[in-house]
Amino acid sequence: MRAADALFESLQAEGVDHIFGIPGGANLPTYDALVDADLRHVQVMHEQAGGHAAEGYAHASGRTGVAFGTSGPGATNLVTAIADAMMDSVPTVFITGQVRTELIGTDGFQEADIVGITLPIVKHSLLVTEAAQIPEYVHEAFHIASSGRPGPVLLDVPNDLAREDIDYRTRTEPINLPGYRPNLEGNSKQIRIAAKAIANSRRPIVYSGGGVINAEASAELREFVMADRFPITSTLMGLGAFPADHGQWLGMLGMHGTRTANYSMDEADLIIAIGARFDDRITGKLSEFAPNAKFIHIDVDPAEISKNVPAHIPIVGDAKRVLPKLTREYQSLQTDSARLDGWWSRIKAWQNEYPLAYEPGTEGEIKPQFMVEMMHKVTGGDAIITSDVGQHQMWAAQYYGFNKPRKWINSGGLGTMGFGLPSAIGAKVACPDEEVVCLAGDGSLIMNIQELATAVNENIPVKIFLQNNGFMGMVRQWQELFWDERYSGVENGPSPDWVKLTEAFGAKGMRCEDNADLEEMMEATLAHDGPALLDVRTSPRENCYPMIPAGNAARDMVG
Amino acid sequence: MGSADMVRLEDLQASRTLSGRKHVLSILVENRPGVLARVAGLFSRRGFNIDTLAVGPTEDPAISRITLTLDGAVHPIDQVTKQLHKLINVLKIRDMEPDGSVAREMALFKVSAAVENRAEIVQFAEIFRAKIVDVSRRALIVEVTGSHDKIEAFESMLRPHGLLEMVRTGEVALARGGD
Repeated sequence: MRAADALFESLQAEGVDHIFGIPGGANLPTYDALVDADLRHVQVMHEQAGGHAAEGYAHASGRTGVAFGTSGPGATNLVTAIADAMMDSVPTVFITGQVRTELIGTDGFQEADIVGITLPIVKHSLLVTEAAQIPEYVHEAFHIASSGRPGPVLLDVPNDLAREDIDYRTRTEPINLPGYRPNLEGNSKQIRIAAKAIANSRRPIVYSGGGVINAEASAELREFVMADRFPITSTLMGLGAFPADHGQWLGMLGMHGTRTANYSMDEADLIIAIGARFDDRITGKLSEFAPNAKFIHIDVDPAEISKNVPAHIPIVGDAKRVLPKLTREYQSLQTDSARLDGWWSRIKAWQNEYPLAYEPGTEGEIKPQFMVEMMHKVTGGDAIITSDVGQHQMWAAQYYGFNKPRKWINSGGLGTMGFGLPSAIGAKVACPDEEVVCLAGDGSLIMNIQELATAVNENIPVKIFLQNNGFMGMVRQWQELFWDERYSGVENGPSPDWVKLTEAFGAKGMRCEDNADLEEMMEATLAHDGPALLDVRTSPRENCYPMIPAGNAARDMVG
Repeated sequence: MGSADMVRLEDLQASRTLSGRKHVLSILVENRPGVLARVAGLFSRRGFNIDTLAVGPTEDPAISRITLTLDGAVHPIDQVTKQLHKLINVLKIRDMEPDGSVAREMALFKVSAAVENRAEIVQFAEIFRAKIVDVSRRALIVEVTGSHDKIEAFESMLRPHGLLEMVRTGEVALARGGD
């Protein structure tokens, strides 16, 4: 069998049903084999967007996303998406064409050392040096991308090798990589110690992250948190694992988290971190982070434990396996829940004093926070929401109220502007029966607006609610607050006309400039049979609060 | 309720992160293209500073050994080894305990050796069990093998005579005993 055909045989053996990509010279054999392959190829307009679409697909479904690109610029265009997938632990496989073996190292046409370029931003990478490796490497790539702490794997396939004939047989035996054995179970003794520490804690708090969602452990998280009255907060990536409408939910923590969540971390005596990595957007000033707390840290990646914050009780394991054991151990201790009364009265006082709130707008003004609340209303709080990066992303995280996992798709670690539209396309492909809405910012959306063509061409009916304030809003906010209002490079100008642009792509475009019309126009956008964009003119200079200024402690929250 | 009292929050200790001493890490890796780049890249990206590095084959042709030394006073060794373990091609890492291992380094020194100091250099070489491996009218090349400290000591003896060039391999190490 031709190696390129074996590539698709092995992709399909891995359950791949969708691929996002663009052909080019070096991956012509792959695209030739695609003609006979039984899966859907979504032809994107730019490789970066193909990568983000693969991420959106993975976020929405939990399955591994796949993106194709050719050699050279096709491969380098994928770099941002690969880095994004690495930062947010997204199971993805990127398959690039490479120049012919004899040309490697000669600076041949469209040659780039993509394996070398991406070394620091992949979970693993594989350069094919013999044709027979191709199917084997596909299985290795999927195994590595999707297990343990998920992440991106790059597979670089030289043109000539993809054309060779190889002996192919369907792989039946499991992958065995001697240098890769994720530890999933968690040490029972450590789990028992953790349960006892929790039982002796008077001010505990659960701090959960994207790892819980990756582990499909939302139900297990809920059971643990509800095993007692533990207050819980989550990172940006962890939203939805615990329902936002539940009484034990304190809201997101970190730079734009709620005061209650941040103050609770600050005063906690025990922090139970699950699938979270103590990123600087969470801790603020590290030396003043949670000064009174001991730390239980549960993570499948041992290198995350004690990386930023030394753990007192480290537990290496998968949340889905560890949490039920922890819940059982805790319940067996039959602890008196009344010990948490004082802690809850303190928390309730913060909740009463510092609810998430914003100043109402003037007549007709569309406040961005209100827009998010309206999004919740018109989607029943049940849509898959993707976002770009900036103020609108934080407002979505604060005000949408995610009650289920895999409903909130955004670029948390890398903070990639332009992520929203392509990831919405990927999410909609993965979950065609769900409403998929991209909440975009005007600074971000333009960075991958070409993907409206993909949505139209491929008939992928995503909806875009554009929060258009005419600024690079978050940067403008920082310049206002921390750079003496010396505004620099943050005004977006009158171009483009978003409605005309959308219509030019063949999608439905509408504009909303009055608060009173918003609900109706949002509903019309959702009701449109096909991709549609609603350009919503929001308060231009609204700031996103509350906020911990970078490098400060939770105590120093402003706004 | 009673057994829970055995774990009191105030008694919990977080593990210390800096050891304060030099560490020799012996890393077994798959012998594949680009593995050294992955290891070296990891160190530079995470800001870990390698003091010495030696790479070579092992008894198994499919496996290579990377021996590197780094300063545990500056770097959390635990974090370094955990990051290394994340590389798929890294098979095994051993933090060589000074008492439980043998570590050696080789060096070549080219020393300016005029007639009047030649005898003294040869004498030093004998004391350090070094070998003169090249002789010319103006210079000698001396080969020495030993612990890191011995090489340092030998270098400091030669330096006043005019050290023209030197090359050191970096330490290699094996654990003592039968495993």
